[in-house]
Amino acid sequence: MLCNVSSFQGREASPLKTSLMQAGKSRRMRKLENKGTARNRRQQPIKTKKIVKTADSVLGPGKLAPNFSLNSTPDQKVSLNDFRGQPVILAFYPADWSPVCTDQLSLYAMVMPEFKKFNAELLAISVDNIWSHLAFAKDRKLNFPVLADFEPKGSISRKYGAYKEKIGESARALFVIDDKGIIRWSHLSPDGINPGADGILSALENLNKAQPAEKS
Amino acid sequence: MSGTTTVAQKRTTGKTLLEPTTKEITEKYQAPKLEIPVTPERDHVEGAVSAALTLVEYGDYQCPFCGAAYPEVKKVQKELGSELRFVFRNFPLTNMHEHAMNAAETAEAASAQGKFWPMHDFLYEHQATLGDTSVALGYAKKLGLDTQRFEREIAQHMYQKRVKDDFMGGVRSGVNGTPTFYVNGVRHDGDAVAKALVEALNQTKK
Repeated sequence: MLCNVSSFQGREASPLKTSLMQAGKSRRMRKLENKGTARNRRQQPIKTKKIVKTADSVLGPGKLAPNFSLNSTPDQKVSLNDFRGQPVILAFYPADWSPVCTDQLSLYAMVMPEFKKFNAELLAISVDNIWSHLAFAKDRKLNFPVLADFEPKGSISRKYGAYKEKIGESARALFVIDDKGIIRWSHLSPDGINPGADGILSALENLNKAQPAEKS
Repeated sequence: MSGTTTVAQKRTTGKTLLEPTTKEITEKYQAPKLEIPVTPERDHVEGAVSAALTLVEYGDYQCPFCGAAYPEVKKVQKELGSELRFVFRNFPLTNMHEHAMNAAETAEAASAQGKFWPMHDFLYEHQATLGDTSVALGYAKKLGLDTQRFEREIAQHMYQKRVKDDFMGGVRSGVNGTPTFYVNGVRHDGDAVAKALVEALNQTKK
């Protein structure tokens, strides 16, 4: 088996990789600002119909993160509001199983100690059912809740603008939510692209910088 | 969905790319940058320290994909000769590869006695035997290392912090799997094969 989800699916395509996150100060923002000029450099114009519904609809910074209550085990629910007072990372992803030996969530499991330095909680969400999630989390040694947006299917993903209607899966979207439940950073990757963890860590750092005086 | 984006990207990267499959691909993509600069005092550098071209690999000794990339890097080094310095950093995917951390520490222990590159090469050439530490120990003996010190330092995890530091530096630079290469400080998103790597390296000269 291959060792790496991005080599397998995304790396070849990744020059097309894009980040349509709508947040603040990182290099990704500059990309967004360059959108117009980048397009002008191309010889042929891009048809406007290519522009994205999904990307535009991903909830951006400044918005109150919609609350949810989803199953993490067959008899346990996790609510976003349970974590008020600490940062939360939401990782929506398309599907539990992929035929490679590591993936985005495995990487996050390894980076978890770094997230914890910011007192941040990570919640992964897909439309797979809870039994699939349990097996998947065990197999990949995931050390954070994996939530089932299963019934009604994709309803929470939709609220975050992170649902692909035609395919019926969550989009690969990341959100960093602050201690007051406000979205402070969001990012949408094409499905084949493993976004890594650098964006999340930068967003968590900016969280602390932006609000030095405030304490909840 | 096909067409313009692919054409434009082909021109800038010189590679054939997969066609965009999702609607959201509308922007010009910029690869992540290497956040931790190469420092010859700390890094494992093969080739002239002052070479114009730098190839950095984040790798895992147990990862079969890295094993496949290993001879490709050798080809790149042969082709570019003194123009290139190659840097290896650790990115052990320890939750998937049970021997990856030990292997990384083994190479670092050899490094402490000035034999990083021979051990690095040996480990990649003997990936199948990584579970058996006596194999690397035998090679350490052959290299003339102080094997008592070598074994003790591995057992005491003397270099585990360094390996973890490499890993976190990689995470900050956008490493999302192994192997991940950086060509003169920019992540190489093409294939991990000699031809693509040489092309990418040569392009930075322009």
